[in-house]
Amino acid sequence: MADTVQTLITLAARRFKADAALLRPEDDLFERLGIDSFQAVELISDLEGEFDIELPDYELQGVKTFAALAQKIDKRR
Amino acid sequence: MLDLGKIPGLGAALRDATISFKSRDALIEADRHRETGRLTYAELRAAADRFAGALQAHGFEPGDRCAVLMQNQSKWIVGATGALWAGATLVPLDYKLTAPEQAALVAHCKPRVLFTEWPAWEKLALEPQGPFERVLVIVSEAPADARLGRALRYEDLPQRPATYHERAREDIACIVYSSGTGGTPKGCMLTHANYLAQAEVLGRMYPMKEGERYFSVLPTNHAIDFMCGFLIPLMMGATVVHQRTLRPAYLGATMQRYGVTHMALVPTILKTLERKIREKLDDLPKWQRLLIDGLIDVNEFATRREPNHRLSSKLLRPIHDQFGGKLKFMFCGGAFVERDCAEFFNRIGLPVAIGYGLTEAGTVLTVNDLKPFRGDSVGKPVPGVELELRDENDAGVGEVWVRGPTVMRGYLDEPELTREAIVDGWLRTGDLGVLDAAGHLKLVGRAKNMIVTEGGKNVYPEDIEAAFAGLDDCEEYAVFASNYLWPTGKLGAGNEELLIVVRPKPGAGEAQVAALVEALKLRNRRLADYKRLSGHVLWEREFPRTASQKIKREPLARELRARADRNAVRGL
Repeated sequence: MADTVQTLITLAARRFKADAALLRPEDDLFERLGIDSFQAVELISDLEGEFDIELPDYELQGVKTFAALAQKIDKRR
Repeated sequence: MLDLGKIPGLGAALRDATISFKSRDALIEADRHRETGRLTYAELRAAADRFAGALQAHGFEPGDRCAVLMQNQSKWIVGATGALWAGATLVPLDYKLTAPEQAALVAHCKPRVLFTEWPAWEKLALEPQGPFERVLVIVSEAPADARLGRALRYEDLPQRPATYHERAREDIACIVYSSGTGGTPKGCMLTHANYLAQAEVLGRMYPMKEGERYFSVLPTNHAIDFMCGFLIPLMMGATVVHQRTLRPAYLGATMQRYGVTHMALVPTILKTLERKIREKLDDLPKWQRLLIDGLIDVNEFATRREPNHRLSSKLLRPIHDQFGGKLKFMFCGGAFVERDCAEFFNRIGLPVAIGYGLTEAGTVLTVNDLKPFRGDSVGKPVPGVELELRDENDAGVGEVWVRGPTVMRGYLDEPELTREAIVDGWLRTGDLGVLDAAGHLKLVGRAKNMIVTEGGKNVYPEDIEAAFAGLDDCEEYAVFASNYLWPTGKLGAGNEELLIVVRPKPGAGEAQVAALVEALKLRNRRLADYKRLSGHVLWEREFPRTASQKIKREPLARELRARADRNAVRGL
């Protein structure tokens, strides 16, 4: 889980040009990255490649924090 | 196109279509780069018959309600068609709502059947089961080890003979919720005649040919896709394409693979597509960019009177190929479309037909006919629709009222709301507009309280406020759109952000106020994505109220405007 969330933060920071060191697992990813749900699905595509999983769009519904998203990823690994 | 003037109902129209176009593809479904299903019209007929037979085997009667709650996919169409053949009133539910909100709508519309998919049911099954006790739940795509309880597995439905039930034009075909939930769910009751009248008009204005393909991207429960991505393509023998993953990377690939000719979008998606195209154009070497710019100018001149897909797709092939090369035009509505964005697409030969409509009146009341293209209006009233501006001011701005064959019967179980909305056959839209000399409607403002997000969702402040009831140390609060409080000068500019104005209880200390803000954050996270607030304003003055203690929103907004600005907003 710790690895997953850290990889997720690194990928998110890279895609949306944020400083990974300033992002915490419990942060609201939309707020901290300044993105909307439409941009978030682009991140999902990166995650699928990185973790070699398929993450349906509906998994994003209700997800707010990096930690919650990492949990969804771990469930599918 | 079927002759809809002679057809009694939606079920009959779809039944005729499955006979007339039997060997053609009706539905194609893809998941990422894989094609996961394809049904001809004949196969759609067989699948819908099976669904109708299964409903009837469980005692389903004509006039019973069948709610459909799933993302866009072939089974949505199969289930809805089968239910209509069994004589159902359909209730399309929004899969983007939260499970408690969906459960509340089920409680409100009391369907006999709920047809849903596993990801949605998995969450609904955790809700209090009261609203579902008398509902036959049919779940698709449940994993083999899923505990379904009383619910039936769609894939295991038995093959039973179905009896086709004709409905009359004045029967209710659908109940469509025009807003979320909260205090008063507004279920618009639309008749078969409403839908057939709209389909006939739109089918004439934007005909689809057999073999053409519509890409269903907007939620099918939404009025636009229900009409443009379900009824019209099937009544015209075209094919509906579904992609289970609506990510930009897969949208383009799907359009290319299947040669999509038509699609409907909301402004947010349109803007994302524009950004992507502009990025690609900006990456071109200077000489290529100059060449493309020149061709865009030529195209704009050549299509100044009406679109010419054949010419545009040849002139600007590299751009059109990104969309599969066959895309003729796009429909856009549901929120305000930026003029610059619409004009950009017209210049590159992918015109956007901008329309305006309300769930209460089918799909569109006005739409641009593209002859010529205009990006500054929502078009003229469609044939059959009468439109009046009432209480016009000196600038000609008045409230839009409409009358016509697509106006709903009323709101389900809400006679008072219905009387307020429909007066002497005229529907009060609550939107403010102005008509120009050519008869085009330009919208200049919104209903007093309703907020249309950029994603095209109608959000009602009262609806969101219900989620914040009973907070400790909170005296009163109200939800607004930030652009309403502090207008940016133009509609649809930037994100339409929602914020809550909160007055803590007099005497509340710093710690209590901090705890109140934390409680706001917690409640906010439980809301559906599109209803979430982006900020809060702490306010010390007492809210103005009516004699019946309702908050007077406009005077409160005026006070906020006068005494604060956007800097007073803190995040949530």
